Amino acid sequence: MRAFWRNRGAAIGAILLAFVFTLAASAPLLFPGSPWDMAGAPFSPPGEDGFLLGSDSLGRDVAAGIAHGAFVSLLVGAVSTVAALGIGVAIGAVAGTFGGWVDDAAMRFTELFQTVPGFVLAVVLVAIFTPSLGSIVFAIAIVSWPPVARVVRAEFLSLRSREFVQAAEVLGRSRFSIVLRDILPNALGPIVVLASLMVAGAILLEAALSFLGLGDPNRMSWGFMIGQGRSVIRLAWWMSVFPGLALFLTVLALNLVGEGLTDALNPRVARRR
Amino acid sequence: MIRFLLLRLVKMAAVVLAIVVINFLLIHAAPGDPASVIAGQSGAADPKFLAQLREQFGLDRPLHEQLWRYMRGVLTLDLGVSHRLQRPVAGLILERLPATLLLTGAAFAFAVTAGIALGAAAARRVGSWADSAITVLALGFYATPIFWVGLMLVLVFSVWLNWLPSFGMGTVGTDLHGWALVADVLPYLVLPALTLGLFYMAVYARLTRASMLEVADQDFVRTARAKGAPEGRILRRHILRNALLPVITFAGIQAGQLIGGSILVETVFAWPGIGRLAFEALLARDYQVLLGVFLCTSVLVVLFNLVTDLVYLVADPRMEAA
Repeated sequence: MRAFWRNRGAAIGAILLAFVFTLAASAPLLFPGSPWDMAGAPFSPPGEDGFLLGSDSLGRDVAAGIAHGAFVSLLVGAVSTVAALGIGVAIGAVAGTFGGWVDDAAMRFTELFQTVPGFVLAVVLVAIFTPSLGSIVFAIAIVSWPPVARVVRAEFLSLRSREFVQAAEVLGRSRFSIVLRDILPNALGPIVVLASLMVAGAILLEAALSFLGLGDPNRMSWGFMIGQGRSVIRLAWWMSVFPGLALFLTVLALNLVGEGLTDALNPRVARRR
Repeated sequence: MIRFLLLRLVKMAAVVLAIVVINFLLIHAAPGDPASVIAGQSGAADPKFLAQLREQFGLDRPLHEQLWRYMRGVLTLDLGVSHRLQRPVAGLILERLPATLLLTGAAFAFAVTAGIALGAAAARRVGSWADSAITVLALGFYATPIFWVGLMLVLVFSVWLNWLPSFGMGTVGTDLHGWALVADVLPYLVLPALTLGLFYMAVYARLTRASMLEVADQDFVRTARAKGAPEGRILRRHILRNALLPVITFAGIQAGQLIGGSILVETVFAWPGIGRLAFEALLARDYQVLLGVFLCTSVLVVLFNLVTDLVYLVADPRMEAA
């Protein structure tokens, strides 16, 4: 933990992230009312007409949209990462525990999903199952689990032959209990590092989907706001600049935290740098 | 060499087959089968007409028979019909494919050349400002959504500076050929290709730098230096050639992302490729076209992977043994 805080980038990332969390949590207080409602004249530049960051083509407050959009980004990022971890850990664990043809089949399956262009598949999935928070989370999880499966499988393969696992086998514990209580906790480090980077990826994916008009129609999101600003960029640059900055800072923060975690949990690699 | 290629081709065929099956299942999951869409458009939704249409399309047959029928269709490039444009999907895609290949090809070429050059420069002077600039740049591009980069480039270079056109692919209403056409399209290509390529440039620069530093420590480099080979030659023939292997591998892995990214870039710049086609199909909920694009991009990725394998084989003949 101390190693993590000593890393300047990671500390900055953590602070930024805390700020985004606060923004998401306090959005209903800071900007009461729906971010979809008209709040003043359309296309007001930042600082005018009481709009800190300007207003969009329908007179909606960009700042309110950003505050409310933070919640969607964080939620989708977190939930779809958990879902992707679930799929990836399950497949990786099965492959790493059973080996043989099961391992072979699981790895071919994983490779298939790594070959298919992930973003295109996500677009197709969300379009077919109609855009909603649920279908977006599902689509992001479907396209982002393969790296987890690979990492978990590799960890399992290396842990399987270690002495403490053999000892547990000698004690006559069931395979299931060994996997759950001995192997999985020891494989947690790399999974945590991967997860922090996956949240960043998931937030970018969600933004890209809603940029294309595949966001949840009931939720304000950053990608949607940038998509709205696309066609009127000559008129109102602030409509796409500010949500994009919010997105950039959030993802940057997550990446910094992820790198900090890698260094803290993997001191050997860190020292080599 | 031939054995390696054959193995690769078999694997490739298996992947394409699996993708075709996934595509078929997705078509079935899509709301509204083709029969009800056509019936709805012709305004006659009575059950008898529907049943007749279903029979005509074979939609009343068992699922595995339909799959077989679909697979035979794909082999003859029959990907269904776009209900929005009333045209075969395969024709639509083939029409748009050259634009996408031009865009992704240009972006890839830019990313590889600029990335390797920057990475090599950074590796030569570790800790210099160029070196830290690349690290910061890579970190930044990792966190920036590609469509936003595109919009910001439009804002700076077309709206504020008015240097480059912001959308389309060539001047509207002109009929140019040869070099005149190239000269006309080129300014339109710059911003989209930069948008798509900048992120990968940063990635390749980082990879080249790390990999060159690793290779530079190895014995054969010291040997080359000891026998008095000129520094430039060591850098090119000994270090760079070996350092490029991981870059090639990574380029192959990222082919899918590059093509996925082209959907977003084509949307931002109204570039008339298959990404733009997918976006239009998305707005009209034209699922046949959307799935056709999915199939086409998947096959492109598989083909690209084959090409990177071949390049790897040429760059490192040892691969054959593995």
